[in-house]
Formats: sequence, structure tokens, C-alpha cells
Amino acid sequence: MAILEFEKPLYQIQEKIQELKSLSESSGLDVSEQIKNFEHQAYEYKKEVYSNLTPAQRLQIARHSDRPNFLDYVRLMTSDFMELHGDREGTDDRAIIGGIARLGEQNIVLIGTQKGKTTKENLIYNFGMPQPQGYRKALRLFKHASKFNLPIVTLIDTPGAYPGMKAEETAQGTAIAVNLKEMARLNVPVIAVITGEGCSGGALGLAVADRVLMLEHAYYTVISPEGCASILWRDASKADEAAQALKITSEDLLKLDIIDGIIKEPLGGAHCDYEKIAADLKSAILKEINELKNTNPAILKEDRYNKFRRMGVFCK
Amino acid sequence: MTVKDWFEQRKEMQIARRAPEAQIDDSIGKLWVKCYNCNSQLLKKDVEENLQVCPKCNYHFRINARTRINQLFDEGTFEEQFGNITAADPLNFTDTESYKKRVAQAKAKTNLNEAVIAGVGEIEGIPVSVAIMDFEFMGGSMGSVVGEKVTLAMEEALKRKIPMIAVTASGGARMQESILSLMQMAKTSCAAAKLEEAGILYITVLTEPTFGGVTASFATLGDIIIAEQDARIGFAGRRVIEQTIRQSLPADFQTANYLMKFGQIDMISSRADLKSNIAKIIRLHNYR
Repeated sequence: MAILEFEKPLYQIQEKIQELKSLSESSGLDVSEQIKNFEHQAYEYKKEVYSNLTPAQRLQIARHSDRPNFLDYVRLMTSDFMELHGDREGTDDRAIIGGIARLGEQNIVLIGTQKGKTTKENLIYNFGMPQPQGYRKALRLFKHASKFNLPIVTLIDTPGAYPGMKAEETAQGTAIAVNLKEMARLNVPVIAVITGEGCSGGALGLAVADRVLMLEHAYYTVISPEGCASILWRDASKADEAAQALKITSEDLLKLDIIDGIIKEPLGGAHCDYEKIAADLKSAILKEINELKNTNPAILKEDRYNKFRRMGVFCK
Repeated sequence: MTVKDWFEQRKEMQIARRAPEAQIDDSIGKLWVKCYNCNSQLLKKDVEENLQVCPKCNYHFRINARTRINQLFDEGTFEEQFGNITAADPLNFTDTESYKKRVAQAKAKTNLNEAVIAGVGEIEGIPVSVAIMDFEFMGGSMGSVVGEKVTLAMEEALKRKIPMIAVTASGGARMQESILSLMQMAKTSCAAAKLEEAGILYITVLTEPTFGGVTASFATLGDIIIAEQDARIGFAGRRVIEQTIRQSLPADFQTANYLMKFGQIDMISSRADLKSNIAKIIRLHNYR
């Protein structure tokens, strides 16, 4: 398991607790008082650290290799998930996975970017970076949902659309643009959740939604802080400053009216308690679907249009 | 070295020469300019009279929005709209310099309010609504103002039932407005959806260079997509791709010809034919 720099003291305390436990088992000494002390210490440390995280530290949580991925949420939130493969034009991009599923009592179309936890998995899923064919597969599934009146849920965790030669040759820009345009015209409720990394057009290509939610430590930005730093500061090591300046945290984006809600993560981040975050995510999504599902499609579309029409700040 | 290699190498050298700034090099005085593509010394007046195209090698230099307007519209018909909308600094953004200062510098340098000019005008007597981008203003980057003005121009086309034309030249999203720039991609694309539903003809003209968030939104949503000759168009930049895939790319990668080969654009137009091509397309769609 990967351990972040600021998580280390926590793991040291937990190691001590383990040592004490095995000591008491082997020697029969009563160490419950010391264990309680350490546990309290761990809790206090967690509370202090996680209430004062910098954007750069939160970036590390959002990118944590053990962070629950799309298929984890599928497993923990839904029943009867059936994956629907392929763009019908020759490719089944693995960075975007979609299918039909049951979320509580609600049938939905569920689509998301998939990241791996190991290098081997990441090679399969291309580190969650979709090719144009992934966006075209998503579009096919959006239209399917619209046809059968199934609400759409997208879960987004991507460092961006893949910048490759073949991606350019098969029109990455066009694939994203078409999704933006077509999502504006869908007749069913669309809920998008940024669960980890929400980077640039690659994330937006699944996020023209009636409701956009974010997990607490997820981030959503026009460019990665590293990319921004290397262009504007001409120095990739200024990524921490860029992360601060870009206002990428869920709280910042809620204040800017870009997102509609934040789903709190367990103390320490989503990777610390899979069941809890999946349950909270599920109920947040269901709440939004229930609010939207009886809306007249024309009104739904008009509201979605107006939501994005309003975005932007300028002087007149 | 085979003959094919030699041609490839020559092409690469040409592209490398013009890559840094595909603009006219006027460092050699007021009267003379140098062509990046063929290295010829040219009289500035000759280049200007030739629509900013090299008279020797036909290379199309970048042009700014005002020059473009003069070339595209019937004389005296263009009326600028929404020119009073200017950039705010909602995030109070500072990198090595503040965003406010960068905008002020761009305004002073270009004598423009923003990286796009919107308005209505006539092309061979037919009224159209347009948004024309200017690369000289902060790399033609799309922030809130560009997104708003492009959207307003589309809404004008919708209201007056006239064709919409977008001429793009952009390095991508304006990072200094972060997420707000990203949302302009959604906003302009949603407006393009409205044009589509109303059956309004939307033509995009992609000019050197068109990249990033502009490519991934309104630029590639045209019913008809024209690339101007010598334009480079793409989603990710050449260098980013080379770093990612760790191999060098073909010399003509992301050029108009390359995109044509891969079916991404309807046609390539020379600057000289651009106006008449647009007029022809509009008339063939029953506008008058």
C-alpha cells in the first residue's frame, strides 16, 4: 500500500499499537491503557492534519493509488451491473467503462473513467486517460439512456484525455466537443461526480450534467497543476503554487458555483473506508436522481442549458 | 539516405523554422520581412498586398482579427458587437505576473479588448454573425469573455436566422481563469447544440494555430469545417505528445493536410479563396 508523506506518522502510531497488541498477547501484560493513548494520539493527529491540508496534499489524496476506482464503486454501490462494450466503430476503449445497472431501486446507465491500482492494471486502463473512441462509446451509451429513459450517472477520475498520435488522428478534440454538444440535448437526468482527478476537457467530456458533485478531496481543473506550472511559471516544480492559484478544491468550486454539492470523505480520505464512501456516494446520487426524475425533459434540457450558459465571470 | 528521407528531412526543417512564431519576421527593418518557410527576403508591401501570404512559397502567415475582418467582409458592412465585455480576474490569479497585468499588456499590445471580435457583417451581400479570434491577444486563449462573446454571436445568428461563422486561432483555454475557462467549452458547445436544433448553418474556419479547449469545443462543431492552408490544428500540443509517447512525430503532424487525410475537416482553403468559398457554401444552403 502506498503511504503519503503526511500519512507516515499515522502509520508509525498504528505500528506501535500493533506491536503493543502482539506484546500483550505473548506476555499477558495489560497494555490497554497505552493502546488507548496511542489510538487517541492517532485520532488527534488525523483530525489536525486532515483539517489543514494544502491543495497540493489533497492532490495526493485524489491521486492515491489505493483510491477507490470506478469498478470499486460499481461493485459497492450497484447490483446487476452489466457492462456494455465498444463504440460500434472498431474499438472498445478500456479507460472508459459503461453499462446498465441498478442503484438502489433505480435503473441507471453508469459510465466512468477507470484507473488501475497497479502498473499492470494501469496499462490495461491506460491510467484512466481515454482515447476518442472512449468518448464515442460514452456517447453511444448516453443516447441509449435517453432512448430508454434511464438516468445517467458518470463517475470521473482522469488525468485527462490521452495525448497521443493515434488520439489526434482519430480526432480527440472532436470526440470531446461532440459529447459536450450532445450532452446538452439529453432527455434524461444526468448526474456527474468527480471522484478523483477531474482534469481538463477529458473530464468535462463526461460532465455536462444537471448536477455536478465532487468527493471532498477530488479536484477539478482546466489543466493539471504540473502542466500549468510548466507553462505559466516555466518551472514544473512550482506545481504546489499552481494548485493553490488554480482553485481546484471542492470547496473552491462550490463557492464559484461550478459544482452543486460535496460528498464528505472518511477522515484520511476515501481510500481509508471504501464501504463508507460508496454508501455516501450512492445516497447522494439517488437523492439527485429523485429530485430530477419527474422533471419534464424539455424543462430539464432548458435548465441544463441555462446552468452552463451562466458560467463565466467578466466585466461589462 | 533515400529520396523519401531527403524530402521528409526538408519538410521537417521547414516546419522547425516556422514553428516558433509562424508570423512575419519584421526584425530586419520596416520595409523588408523574412518568410519563415522559404527564408526569402520580401518587401513588406508585397506581402501585405498578397493577403499576408508569401509571394514566393505561398506560405500563409498568421493574421490578426482585424485583418481577417477586412479580408472576409464586404467593405463597410462589418459591425462589431459586445465589444464592451472585458476580462475580470475572478480568481485573483498570479503566476510570475498577475493576470490583471497580463490582460492590460495584451490590450496595449493588440489594441483589442479581448482575444475575439464578435459582430455581424455581409459576405457577398449575405448577412452572417461571426466570432473571429486573435492569436496575438494572450495566445488567443479562451476565458470567460471569449466564451461569452462566441455564445452571444451564436445567439445573434439564432435570433436573426443567419449563418454563424467562427474563425478560430487559439492555444487553448486561458489558465488564469482555471475552471471558468473550462466551462466556456461547455457553454459554447451547448450554444452550438441550439444552432443545430434550429437548423442554422454553422461554419468554422480553423486557422493557424487552433488547439486545446477551442479544438475540443466550438471549433470542431461546425456543420462545415474549413481549415485555412498551413494551419496547424490539434487537441494536445506536439511537444506534449512527443513527451508522452517518447517518439518523434511525422513532420506534417497536425497540419491541415494531415487532418484532411484523417477525415477531420471538410476542406482546405487558401486565404485568397476563403471569402468566395464561404459565400458559395452559404448560398448552397439557401441563404441569401
